[in-house]
Amino acid sequence: MAENILTPEEIIKRGELVFKKTKLMTDNELSYCPGCGHGVAHRITMEVIEELGLEEKTIGVAPVGCSVLAYEFMNVDMQEAAHGRAPAVATGIKRVYPDKTVFTYQGDGDLAAIGTAETLHACNRGENITIIFINNGIYGMTGGQMAPTTLPGMKSSTSPYGRDINMMGHPLKITELIAMLPGTVYVTRQAVHKPGLVRKAKKAIKKAFELQQENKGTTFVEIVSNCNSGWKMTPVDANNWLDKHMLDYYPLGDLKG
Amino acid sequence: MEDVKLMKGNEAVAEAAIRAGVDAYFGYPITPQSEVIEYLMAEEPHKRTGMVVLQAESELAAINMVYGAAACGKKVMTSSSSPGISLKQEGISYIAGSELPCLIVDVVRGGPGLGTIQPSQADYFQMVKGGGHGDYRLIVLAPSTVQEMADFVELGFELAFKYRNPALILSDGVIGQMMEKVVLPPQKERLGDEEIDKRYGSWATTGKKNGRERNIITSLELKPERQEAHNLHLQAKYKEISEKEVRLEKINCENPDYLFVAYGSSARICQKAIQLAEEKGIKAGLLRPITLWPFPSKEINKLAEQVKGILVVEMSAGQMVEDVKLAVNGKVKVEHFGRFGGMVHSPDEVLEALETKIIGG
Ligand SMILES: Cc1ncc(C[n+]2csc(CCOP(=O)(O)OP(=O)(O)O)c2C)c(N)n1
Ligand code: SF4
Ligand SMILES: [Mg+2]
Repeated sequence: MAENILTPEEIIKRGELVFKKTKLMTDNELSYCPGCGHGVAHRITMEVIEELGLEEKTIGVAPVGCSVLAYEFMNVDMQEAAHGRAPAVATGIKRVYPDKTVFTYQGDGDLAAIGTAETLHACNRGENITIIFINNGIYGMTGGQMAPTTLPGMKSSTSPYGRDINMMGHPLKITELIAMLPGTVYVTRQAVHKPGLVRKAKKAIKKAFELQQENKGTTFVEIVSNCNSGWKMTPVDANNWLDKHMLDYYPLGDLKG
Repeated sequence: MEDVKLMKGNEAVAEAAIRAGVDAYFGYPITPQSEVIEYLMAEEPHKRTGMVVLQAESELAAINMVYGAAACGKKVMTSSSSPGISLKQEGISYIAGSELPCLIVDVVRGGPGLGTIQPSQADYFQMVKGGGHGDYRLIVLAPSTVQEMADFVELGFELAFKYRNPALILSDGVIGQMMEKVVLPPQKERLGDEEIDKRYGSWATTGKKNGRERNIITSLELKPERQEAHNLHLQAKYKEISEKEVRLEKINCENPDYLFVAYGSSARICQKAIQLAEEKGIKAGLLRPITLWPFPSKEINKLAEQVKGILVVEMSAGQMVEDVKLAVNGKVKVEHFGRFGGMVHSPDEVLEALETKIIGG
């Protein structure tokens, strides 16, 4: 039924707005590999901030990792933190501006290795901030080294024969730890490699930012994501692998709240 | 009426911070400066001025809290002692690279390593020459009295905001712990958020209101050409500071035969040594750098032409002496006398060192 397929021109002529980029994403070309989850996670975060009308009061903190340049894409006031220190930086912001909306956006190396102390203590103090945690099981930016979240047996440039848990310990389920802290009010694990999951993840992010407005404590959204470059897979294979292996170890759903 | 109190140097810093209208203090306990955060916690400045005081989980966290709050255009400070300052170095480099104003206090103790909790001046290299990575400078103020501990809080912030550069009070365990009379400044009001927007809205992350472009605080440049341009900009700023902000005190420098160069508590010991020298008929003067960076090189160079020798007295194995030698540039003999590892020299020892190393040497 080829004649029923609409051309882009016909769609535009009919005036049906299918998708509009949020004005809180800049026009800068994304620096992420095609198929990477970072871009989707950025977009839904900024859509939520726009939909909640928080644009003028939001201050974001970018990490060191592939999303080090998040401030090039997120069209709100932004600070770039040292590797792992984003939750401390966000604490400083929120303490002097308790009425602003403050979030960090961090990778798994940033949040669960070098920044573990800052992360746990910010959550334990119940800082009224939102933490978006992109867990792709690897150090994407530096070329695919092992992360604290790398799965057992998973190959990386610093575990070329697969992660040996006798030598390197077990993948860290930091989100489970964080859910145990009384300072956190909402802790959830989401993913963005399928359209349905993107919608769910966006809802979770929205809930997190809404709860932040109520000053009830830290809100924490993990997004289990991919890294096709670091994993040395095609984007499609990476998403399938994520579905099959990552979600097994990091099951999706709310852990708290 | 003057507001005069008997206080420890550390307490004077804390009280002066409240009165300077500081917005936030972030710190982590370490001897010999824990009185700063203890005083602040006991004083409950959130009730007096709305000032935030938070005990962080580490010095690393504390300095990054300073980064976050300073990037909002707020007046923010931290304090620590040597091992804690080592941990802060990463953050200090980021703060300098991102051109954020803030005040850091280092009440130095003996090292290296965990060292002693006794006073020392062995952090001179660390704080004056960098400490963290990259080409940056801190504005370094060296108090020699409890009064200056208090006064340099406001002065430090003034310079920090004027140049958008971190400022540092480099003190030591003697001045931090000793009690002296101090005239406290009057209470200044903290700036309101609107005033902060007006003054610092061109760069500070305050939320992008009224359709202004977003503000970004970062020290990252992916392109080396742009990083070099940023470094050139920093260097131009440092040059301006070097030209305009040198501070020093000269004692007995009208016509001395010999010169002491010393800062902080060493300078006070030299003052006593000058009196002892006078009794022996030796005319000695003292140049006390108040800013260790920018360093009073020109003034030292000038005095070098008038004296027969210079003794640099430090509680270290010899750090500032390198800058004095550079300033003197071979014009006259420069020697170093140091006690270290937490030991403090006596005035007698200092005079003896002048006699053996400079006069008789
Ligand atoms: C203090 C410090 N140590 C190491 C690095 C190098 N480094 C940059 S990013 C990174 C890992 C990032 O991995 P992750 O946080 O998982 O982010 P991703 O790139 O995977 O999104 C490392 C080790 C650094 N920039 N700073
Ligand atoms: S290296 Fe990995 S995490 Fe980084 S942009 Fe590419 S796919 Fe994404
Ligand atoms: Mg990662």
